Amino acid sequence: MSDAQATMNATLPVDYLLHLADNALVLGQRNAEWCGHGPILEEDIALSNNSLDLVGQARLLYQEAAAQMGNGATEDTLAFFRDVPDFKNYTLLELPHHSPLAATSASERDFATTLVRNFLYSALMVLVWDKLQHAPQEQLAAIAAKSLKEVRYHLRHSRDWLLRMGDGTAESHGRAQAAVNHLMPYTQEFWTSSDYETAAAKSTGLDMASLQNDWNQIVDQALAEATLKRPAAGGFVPTGKHSVHSEHLGFMLAEMQSLPRAHPNATW
Amino acid sequence: MTTATSASSTVLQQSAVEKAWALLESLTDPEIPVVTLRELGILRDVRTAVAQDGTEQLEVVITPTYSGCPAMGQIEDDVHNLLQAHGLKGKVKTQLAPAWTTDWITPEAKEKLRAYGIAPPHSGADHDCQTQSGKANGSGASSIIQFAARSASNPGRHEQLAVPCPQCNSHNTTETSHFGSTACKALYRCLDCMEPFDYFKPY
Repeated sequence: MSDAQATMNATLPVDYLLHLADNALVLGQRNAEWCGHGPILEEDIALSNNSLDLVGQARLLYQEAAAQMGNGATEDTLAFFRDVPDFKNYTLLELPHHSPLAATSASERDFATTLVRNFLYSALMVLVWDKLQHAPQEQLAAIAAKSLKEVRYHLRHSRDWLLRMGDGTAESHGRAQAAVNHLMPYTQEFWTSSDYETAAAKSTGLDMASLQNDWNQIVDQALAEATLKRPAAGGFVPTGKHSVHSEHLGFMLAEMQSLPRAHPNATW
Repeated sequence: MTTATSASSTVLQQSAVEKAWALLESLTDPEIPVVTLRELGILRDVRTAVAQDGTEQLEVVITPTYSGCPAMGQIEDDVHNLLQAHGLKGKVKTQLAPAWTTDWITPEAKEKLRAYGIAPPHSGADHDCQTQSGKANGSGASSIIQFAARSASNPGRHEQLAVPCPQCNSHNTTETSHFGSTACKALYRCLDCMEPFDYFKPY
């Protein structure tokens, strides 16, 4: 076997696929909470569409992970029968749609928090998928090329809202700035390393740290246009991708997983 | 196996492939029933493949539009049921690469979309993506930052190209929402006849 072929066949650490899949699923599930509760009809539809894309990406990635794992693993067992200590998503993505000091009741959902998070994550993922579409693993590259098209729309949507809110009324500006202040520290996790990312980088060629400048550019440019200030990073660095999560993920999974756990193997 | 039987089985398979193509021509998109799966570019290929038990069977290749498009399950079922109803054995293979693009929608189908009340996508989505990924090899963000900045301060490509109203053909239209009734569409409004309409996003 030639070196090129060996690279082609190099399997990715399954944890890396799960990390990508969990990110997509957790944010997809979170954003789906707006379904039927959007501030206006168009945004209700937009956020549901956004979720559909993310859950679709998660399915493809879980299928790929399940194929590697064998032992009866399926996309469903991975999504519905793993628990908090198994999930490897960024902590940012599991936070509820609330400003930091609000209660977590549904009526306190904050649209600015939702859109700022979508912006921060989409700005990262356009860069990630853009690189991974050239990965030697055929299926991962195909998923990346597909996801890149979708996340471009997500970035455009969330960035437009960031500008509209930031450069809007005093109320919308205040909410957008509060959301940026609340969420920005969680993005520090994008740049910490993990064993599975380091191992994956050897075959995919994607070094996350190399994306930081580009991400900063996208974020800083949008914040400047939105007349928002970027808070200094610092403080606690989250560890979701190492499977150590905030208190919020468990509640979200409980809601998401209760049906398949109550009725295993149910079909419709 | 003798040469004669293998040749006749190939002929049989050949006719099965042709029959399947003809049958599948009747399958329309579950969400947009005026266009066929072939016209949308979802139906990629019908061919024979060797099954696990060693026999040759039909393989219908489809490529999903959006990752989470809920119509894909329906489409797969529709293909299965249609083949089965006509005594053809086959399986559906979902193929992700190359990724589906609106540039695969045939000109005839675009016209049907317009007549149905959906503004068809501008062409060039595929070219645009290739250019961007080409650039991306050098500097990952440049194309993406440009894309994002364009959409905010300067109108970008999607905004620059007028989307003609499918009802009155006016170019005086405006986008209401990036996301419409399905993942593949955006919501628009005509400022002349005031009708809201769907625009199939270039993708």
